[in-house]
Amino acid sequence: MPAPSSSQTVGPFFSFALHHERWNDLTADGPEGETIRIRGRVLDGDGAEVPDAFVEIRQANAAGSYDGDERFIGFGRCATDAGGRYAFTTIRPGRVPSALGLQAPHLAVQVFGRGLLRQLHTRMYFSDQPPENASDPLLMRVADPARRETLIASRLPAANGVPEFHFDIVLQGKGETAFFEP
Amino acid sequence: MTATARASDPTQPPYDYPRYTSTIKRHPEQPLLAVPRELVEIPGPSCASGWPGPEITDLTAHGTGAPLGERIIVAGRVLDEDGRPVRRSLVEIWQANAAGRYVHEVDQHRAPLDPNFRGDGQMLTGDDGAFRFLTIKPGAYPWRNSPNAWRPAHIHFSLFGSRNDSRLVTQMYFPGDPLLAYDPVIHSIADAAARERLVSRFDPDLTEEEWALGFRFDIVLRGRNATPMES
Repeated sequence: MPAPSSSQTVGPFFSFALHHERWNDLTADGPEGETIRIRGRVLDGDGAEVPDAFVEIRQANAAGSYDGDERFIGFGRCATDAGGRYAFTTIRPGRVPSALGLQAPHLAVQVFGRGLLRQLHTRMYFSDQPPENASDPLLMRVADPARRETLIASRLPAANGVPEFHFDIVLQGKGETAFFEP
Repeated sequence: MTATARASDPTQPPYDYPRYTSTIKRHPEQPLLAVPRELVEIPGPSCASGWPGPEITDLTAHGTGAPLGERIIVAGRVLDEDGRPVRRSLVEIWQANAAGRYVHEVDQHRAPLDPNFRGDGQMLTGDDGAFRFLTIKPGAYPWRNSPNAWRPAHIHFSLFGSRNDSRLVTQMYFPGDPLLAYDPVIHSIADAAARERLVSRFDPDLTEEEWALGFRFDIVLRGRNATPMES
């Protein structure tokens, strides 16, 4: 068999096709778990907002499993707006076991956009779970504390009782998000 | 393949590719972190629960009449690294119209919109990994990457596989397009054979008499063990 097909940029003109209104609300089918909101911006190397990107998240359900709940697909997508902003409503994921130890709750994040010939991969953890984060097998492998900090979403004051987290994705330069090898 | 080998794989484009000027301010400068495969290889999202909504396989049926342009059939299969079909998996496509204009407010190319064409389609692959769309051949269009730069005709493809890191977005090109030789987007792929695999081939067997030309485009996604059978 040939190698996997090559990636190419999504370009700037995807939103009329890939924007599905409810794809940024993973709670629409009423899954078990604590509802949370996540919002942030995608920023470029000049600190400018990126208005032509989209963010995809993949996460476990509240029990820490990727399957088993028909009401929760564990996948979301949100295109950035003119201010580079994206937002998701989802549930707080459970801890996923791995061969390297129990993981802290997290989302796998992929970023697509004009100027990205292939998507970027990162993770989002939660600032209000320090003990879990301290023993997470991936976070423990990020030696530089400043880079590690870029993987942790900060908790904001609750809005209407729903915990809200802020997570900017910085593609380049000051505060650059730690991205993973693809 | 190790993570480090993946990052420098000549069949995949780099993040930093100055000939495509939009990469200049949008590529990471810090080294990418190596992540153990045990933590990366999680299952991709499944379409078993009916997600993500109605199929659109006939892109020419959007309006009240036929869109302008050359009607084409685009078909192929989505396979994993072992050559097994990727079953019941979402394929999304989007493209410009025959005049080279997208239905997008930011696209200001001086070419007409077509009220009978949007240019978006989606479907789930069959048990054999196959997809098939009826559409209009997209036009070339200018972009401001460099003076007098034109993108070759292309259709964007978005694909999901068995694993989360199977996820792929790519572009399908057309055979014989003279603009391919000048295009920095396809030339960001160093490996010539890999570039060639993004060019669809004219298929007389797919072509329908007195109706539409057929172009075949097969896609291979990273990952093994095709989506398990639904019980």
